[in-house]
Amino acid sequence: MKFLFRNVKELVALATTENKLISELMIEQEMLVTRRSREDIMKQMDTNLTVMEQAVEKGLKGVHSTSGLTGGDAVLLHNYMKTGKTLSGALLIDAVSKAVATNEVNAAMGTICATPTAGSAGVVPGTLFAVQNQLNPTREEMIRYLFTSGAFGFVVANNASISGAAGGCQAEVGSAAAMAAAAIVEMSGGTPQQCSEAFAISMKNMLGLVCDPVAGLVEVPCVKRNAMGAANALVSADMALAGVTSRIPCDEVIDAMYKIGQTMPTALKETAQGGLAATPTGRALAERIFGADFVKGV
Amino acid sequence: MKFNSVFDIIGPVMIGPSSSHTAGAARIGLVTRELFGRQPKWAKIYLYGSFAETYKGHGTDIAIIGGLLGFDTFDERIKTSFDLAKEASLSFEFIPESGHTEHPNTARLVIGDESGEMELIGISIGGGKIEISELNGFPLRLSGNHSAILVVHDDKPGSIAKVASCLAEQNINIGHMEVSRKEQGQMALMVIEVDEPIDEHVLQQIALLPYITQVTKISD
Repeated sequence: MKFLFRNVKELVALATTENKLISELMIEQEMLVTRRSREDIMKQMDTNLTVMEQAVEKGLKGVHSTSGLTGGDAVLLHNYMKTGKTLSGALLIDAVSKAVATNEVNAAMGTICATPTAGSAGVVPGTLFAVQNQLNPTREEMIRYLFTSGAFGFVVANNASISGAAGGCQAEVGSAAAMAAAAIVEMSGGTPQQCSEAFAISMKNMLGLVCDPVAGLVEVPCVKRNAMGAANALVSADMALAGVTSRIPCDEVIDAMYKIGQTMPTALKETAQGGLAATPTGRALAERIFGADFVKGV
Repeated sequence: MKFNSVFDIIGPVMIGPSSSHTAGAARIGLVTRELFGRQPKWAKIYLYGSFAETYKGHGTDIAIIGGLLGFDTFDERIKTSFDLAKEASLSFEFIPESGHTEHPNTARLVIGDESGEMELIGISIGGGKIEISELNGFPLRLSGNHSAILVVHDDKPGSIAKVASCLAEQNINIGHMEVSRKEQGQMALMVIEVDEPIDEHVLQQIALLPYITQVTKISD
């Protein structure tokens, strides 16, 4: 099967020589590989965007998971943002609240769009709907944001991993943050090279992130990690737009992430055996939710 | 390349909370049902690795049962699949296993009814995408790069040729093909990777051919 790009180097080179947006190359590759029409592909991404909008809307009204571990924080953050007294700025807290909103909906078994996974589904939409207020994109530009994220996610999924069980949370929220950083740069008018710098900077700062869900649930620490993923994406995008570059090339960062994931102990890869899941409180919460037998088995 | 489509990355639209443990699990259940060709009456589901450790909290169990009932990843009925299984007279049992497998998110499904049984090993590789590594004891080596058709058939002369001609008539090119059987003259399996997307009517045509027991497609 023919692909237009297999790694970030090829993606950026093609975008630069053909003077095309990264989102455009992702759309063209999708047409080439799946033999579907542009209209069909744009329509499906439009549907995914609508699912993301509805999840944020629902989360900002306040949802709670059945375990009782998460819920309501998006509302707190949104109200705090409205006071105008945030230290890190309204846009950042807006992104953070919307990322949290999405993941609270996910934890409550609501409908979401995995980006790239369900556990990391908050970062890309959270940042998108926050920068929307600042950049006033068209609907098509918002859809393109998802294709740009997807192009980088595609490279990670094929050359490393987007699975927490296989590579730790660096593969999930780490990938999501880096994907979002690249998409913010494109929407802000940055170059394809700057997209890749933002991606590399963002992913570098997520390296080593373990997957240690309390009671094995995608709630603690996942919801708050999505908040940090969104913040990381915005800062990384700003750094790249300012002209800051990554000393380690993008594809090498992705490779490093993959190798770290491979050498990470199983206890820290979504098994609920290590990290925060293994703290006294983490174990007590697991016992409260599933009973002593389940925890003993873990 | 394990992932072909951008919608493997931005998607699927699904019921939370975990793409590997919920959406991937639902798809393993759904493919199993499709391969079986009908609603099973009973299911024994063996879970390995991370699936075994965390299936309750992630809803892996309700997702697999939802898939066996024919629900896709975004079907809200997944949430109540245990109750719906009862209504549909599907009895089931989950058995967490301690053994190691190639991938941390692995499930082995043994399902059946009065007319037959089937066993399948499915792996959830991330982002809701799955691979099938074994069917009825036949190891499968599907790259996941192409659409694939799985055909369970009787090991009789001409059965392979007829399926190949049927695909040729539809202008579908075979990229890779494997045929395996356990014993001569008994049940056999064709795994056919094709270059073109497969429509439902092609599957229906293959199903009507002589000696064919089950037909399904995966990973396109």
